[in-house]
Amino acid sequence: MFDLKGYGPELLSGAVVTIELAFLSLALALALGLIGAAAKLSNSRVAVGIATTYTTLIRGVPDLVMMLLFYYGGQVGVNMISDYIWETYEVDFFFQFNPFISGVITIGLIFGAYMTETFRGAFLAVETGQIEAARAYGFSNWHTFRRVMVPQMLRHALPGIGNNWQVLLKTTALVSIIGLTDMVRVAEEAAKQSACRSIFSFRWRLCISPLRQARSFS
Amino acid sequence: MADQAPLICRDIHKTFAQLEVLKGISLETRKGDVVSLIGSSGSGKSTFLRCINLLETPTSGDIIVHGDPIRFTNNRKGERIPADNKQVELIRAKLSMVFQSFNLWSHMTVLENITEAPINVLKVPKKEAIERAEAYLNKVGIYERKDYYPAQMSGGQQQRAAIARALAMEPEVMLFDEPTSALDPELVGEVLKVMQSLAEEGRTMIVVTHEMAFAKDVSSQVLFLHQGVIEEQGTPTKVFDNPDSERMRQFLAPKF
Repeated sequence: MFDLKGYGPELLSGAVVTIELAFLSLALALALGLIGAAAKLSNSRVAVGIATTYTTLIRGVPDLVMMLLFYYGGQVGVNMISDYIWETYEVDFFFQFNPFISGVITIGLIFGAYMTETFRGAFLAVETGQIEAARAYGFSNWHTFRRVMVPQMLRHALPGIGNNWQVLLKTTALVSIIGLTDMVRVAEEAAKQSACRSIFSFRWRLCISPLRQARSFS
Repeated sequence: MADQAPLICRDIHKTFAQLEVLKGISLETRKGDVVSLIGSSGSGKSTFLRCINLLETPTSGDIIVHGDPIRFTNNRKGERIPADNKQVELIRAKLSMVFQSFNLWSHMTVLENITEAPINVLKVPKKEAIERAEAYLNKVGIYERKDYYPAQMSGGQQQRAAIARALAMEPEVMLFDEPTSALDPELVGEVLKVMQSLAEEGRTMIVVTHEMAFAKDVSSQVLFLHQGVIEEQGTPTKVFDNPDSERMRQFLAPKF
């Protein structure tokens, strides 16, 4: 087998952080995606405007910048507001940004924008006849949405969701820049400290060699 | 009132943008009537059928289902819209529709397709809905296909499943929108046979069709539509054997 140079437990806890982060941001991204797609396909011009601004802006800004902007920029913003509140009302209002929650929100927001487009396309791909049949049988709008549109849409959305999920999982590595110890960060530190000089060798041990072993068994 | 007219349409107009598709269509049915709507493509017969259950909102005119007139209002742009969506849902539940391209929900089995609306719209208990669905599947002759998905069946079987779905609503009126037009010639017969048996047991049906033999033999009333107006109307014998309108004669003339 392979030698983790005593970093095994830390790597494991890093992996737990990565997985938690990935699943929580996925949940947020899916929720935002559904809301965003519903807004984009609605008749309300305001809703369409807000959703379009959201997806255009978020998809146009690099993930790394978003992460820094939200975590450090957000903290600066909160500090400014709390200073103002303290000076005017003498009320102590302050909170420290938590890197984990910031990470979930940032990644969720970014991938919510991609999910919005995935869901929007998938909703448009549902045959009109399927929806018409639901309306013709007296279904309410909500019932049509829940029982016909969502299940039919998912079939078209799944490949896109799969792609987004994989990119999202890799994007979680960005949280190390806001001080969260995820798997990649632990691997990097371990590589620096141990005999293995490059982090790639650690990644190699972590990912590639088990895969090869698994393949040689099958 | 037992013998109240199941469906009355008065002076239905429908305009899409600038194009007037329906120019005042009226129809009165009695219980057990089978009305055939015939006419060439673009004559407005499908649009009229879709206006009856408000898949299209008529630009003007009244629709009265079993004595209950559909209420309309105008939206901010001045377009006519149904005033009460709940009323529309209730009325649609009484007018079940069979589509040209079947439109069975492709993610549900045949049985689920048939029980979905009775359970969720009519609030029939699940057990009863399943019994009802199985009875109607037997009637249309595809009971053994009840756990299949629509994509696993032939067009004729799908359309018979769609008819079972319509029957399971126990509707006042059944609307058929060219139910055999998407089928292979050898599958048309099985669907027409089911429809004929429904007519014989006294169901009220409105059928848009290109099957002249069906219109002639099964219906009690025939409407010939041409460019959005009723050109010829009456019993099949009158319309087919002794039409007043020149258009109807042309329409019936052998094409080759």
